Amino acid sequence: MSPIITAQKLSHHFGEGRLQKQVLFDIDLEINSGEIVILTGPSGSGKTTLLTLLGGLRAAQSGSLKILDQEILGASKRALIKLRRNIGYIFQAHNLLSFLTAKQNVRMSLELHPHFLGQDLDAVASDMLTAVGLGERIDYYPAELSGGQRQRVAIARSLASHPKIVLADEPTAALDKQSGRDVVEIMQRLAKEQGCTILLVTHDNRILDIADRTLYMEDGMLMKPPSLGLAA
Amino acid sequence: MRRPNFLKKTPLAWLQVTRERTRLMVAIAGIAFADMLIFIQMGFEGALYDAAIQPHRNLQADLVLINPQMQTLFSVKSFPRNRLYQTLGHPDVASVSGVYIATGQWKNPATTQERAILVWGIDPANPSFKFPEVNQNLNQIQPLNQVLFDQAGRPEYGLTATEFEQTGAFATELNDKRVTVKGLFTNGASFAADGNVIASDSTFLQLFPSRSPDQLEVGLINLKPGADLEQVQAALAAALPNDVLIGSPEDFAQIERDYWANGTGIGFIFGLGVGVGFIVGIVIVYQILYSDVSEHLPEYATLKAMGYTDNYLLGVLFQESLLLAVLGYLPSIALAFGLYQLAFSATMLPIAMTTRRAITVLILTIMMCSISGGIALRKLRAADPADIF
Repeated sequence: MSPIITAQKLSHHFGEGRLQKQVLFDIDLEINSGEIVILTGPSGSGKTTLLTLLGGLRAAQSGSLKILDQEILGASKRALIKLRRNIGYIFQAHNLLSFLTAKQNVRMSLELHPHFLGQDLDAVASDMLTAVGLGERIDYYPAELSGGQRQRVAIARSLASHPKIVLADEPTAALDKQSGRDVVEIMQRLAKEQGCTILLVTHDNRILDIADRTLYMEDGMLMKPPSLGLAA
Repeated sequence: MRRPNFLKKTPLAWLQVTRERTRLMVAIAGIAFADMLIFIQMGFEGALYDAAIQPHRNLQADLVLINPQMQTLFSVKSFPRNRLYQTLGHPDVASVSGVYIATGQWKNPATTQERAILVWGIDPANPSFKFPEVNQNLNQIQPLNQVLFDQAGRPEYGLTATEFEQTGAFATELNDKRVTVKGLFTNGASFAADGNVIASDSTFLQLFPSRSPDQLEVGLINLKPGADLEQVQAALAAALPNDVLIGSPEDFAQIERDYWANGTGIGFIFGLGVGVGFIVGIVIVYQILYSDVSEHLPEYATLKAMGYTDNYLLGVLFQESLLLAVLGYLPSIALAFGLYQLAFSATMLPIAMTTRRAITVLILTIMMCSISGGIALRKLRAADPADIF
C-alpha cells in the first residue's frame, strides 16, 4: 500500500524572535491509504498542530509534508484550499451551521465538488444521513438534535463527498460513553466502505480499539507510548 | 432546461437572514426607520422647493422675461415694460402680457390681524396662469378691487373654502383698501408667501399706489404655433439689452429653486437630516451583521476548513447586506406613501413620492448596507480555520 500522508523532518514554530517556541520536532510519519490511525498523548504535546498541518489549515514551515502526492511545504494558499476539499474534518465541537438543517449542512460539503452538482444533492445528503442513522431527522436543525446526533451529522458532512482523508480532533470528547462509541463505530464502518484514511486525535481510551495503529506524541515528538515501553 | 449550477447551491445568505425571525424583524424595522427618516427629509425638502416654484410652473407662457437680479418672489425686482413690447418685433411672437408682483398686507376680518400676502397683478383679458379656476373667473376680477384668493394658503388669512362657497363673497382689506374675493384657486403656501392673491393690473396699481405701471416683475411671451422656442429665445436674448433675462418658465422656476436650495441654509439642513438617517442605518445594519458574524465565527471557520474560499464568505456577507437592504426598503416606501399623504393633508405642501426619489433612497439603502457589510467584513477575516481544532 502506498502512503497517503508522508512527513519527513517536519518541524513547526509559533511566535517570532525571542518568543519563538518550537512545538513540533522532526516528525517522521507515514500513513497508508485506508488506515485508521489514532494519535494520542498529553495535552499540549502538539497533536492538534500536527493535525492542522496535515489538513492544510496551517502553512508548513520546515521539513517535508506530502499529502495525496502533493508537497505542502511552500504550497500556495489556493493549493491549500483545493487540498482541504479532499479532506474531511470532524471537530470536538460539531461546528454545524445553526441556521441550516442537517441535510443542508451535509449539502454544504457536497456543493464544493462540481461533479455532485449534476446529481440530486438532497438525495445524496439524505442517504448519507440515513447511513449515520439519522434518516428520521434529515430536516432537523442542530439545536433540535442531541450532542451525539449532531456529531453524527458532522460525520455525514465530512464523509459525504468521499474524501480520501478524514481528520478528527477529539470527536467523542463532548459525548457520553454510548454516543461516543456509536460515533466512532459509524466513522470506522463508513471509512472502511469508502476506503478512506482516518487520523483521529483523542484522549479517550474507550475508543483506542478501532485503530489499526496508535501513535503517541509527547513534547512535539512522536515516540513509543510509555505503557508499551514498560511492557517491552 | 437544466438549472445553472449556482441555483442548485444552498442560498446561505438567505437562510441565515431568515432563520432568526426576531433579529430579522429588528433589522427590517431599523432599516425601514432609517429609510423613513431619509424619505421624510427628502420629501419635505422637495415639497418646499416645489411649493416655492409652483406659481412659476403655472405661468401661461412659452418664454418669460425677468430682471436678471430677480432671484426669488420673496424680494422681487422689476424691469421696464418697454422691453416686453420690444419682443413683439420678432415675427414668431404671438402675444405678450405683463405681470406685477408685490407683497401686500391682508387683514383677517375676524381677528383684524394683518399678514403679508403675495399679490399678483395680471391682465384680466388674457390668461396669465394655467390654473383653470383663475381663467374661468377672469371676468370676475375685471371690476376694480375684486380678487381671486389662494385657498391652499395659510388658514390665518381668515378665509375658508367651505364658508366662501356658502356665502359666495368675502370682503376684507388689502393694504388698507377694501377688496372682495370673487373666486378661489389652489396654489399653496411657500417660503416666499404664506398665501397668494390674484388681481387685475388696474386693481394692483390701486393697491400699490407707489408702483409705476411702466415697471413689470415678469413678462409673459407666447409664441405662434410651430415656432422654434430655442431659436426665438436665442434671437430675443441677442436683441434685448442686458437689463432683462429671457428664459422658459422652468428656467425661472429653477432660479427660484436655486435661491432656496443654495442661497439659504435649507438645503444644508435637510441634507444633514438625510445624512443622519443614513448613518443611523449604517449603525443598525452593522450591529446586525456584526453579531451574525461573531455568533457564527467557528462555523464560518469550519466552512473555510472544508475548502470554501474567503471570497465565498465575503459574497455571503454582501448578499446578506443586500437582502437586508431590500427587505428594509420595501416597508419603508409603503410607509412613506402613507406619511406623504398625511403630511399633504396637514400642510397642503405639494409632497408626493417621485420615482427619482424612490430610486435614490433605494440606492442609498444599498450603499448603507454595503458600508456596514464592509465594516463587519473585518470581523469575518478573523475566522481562521487553524483556530477551531
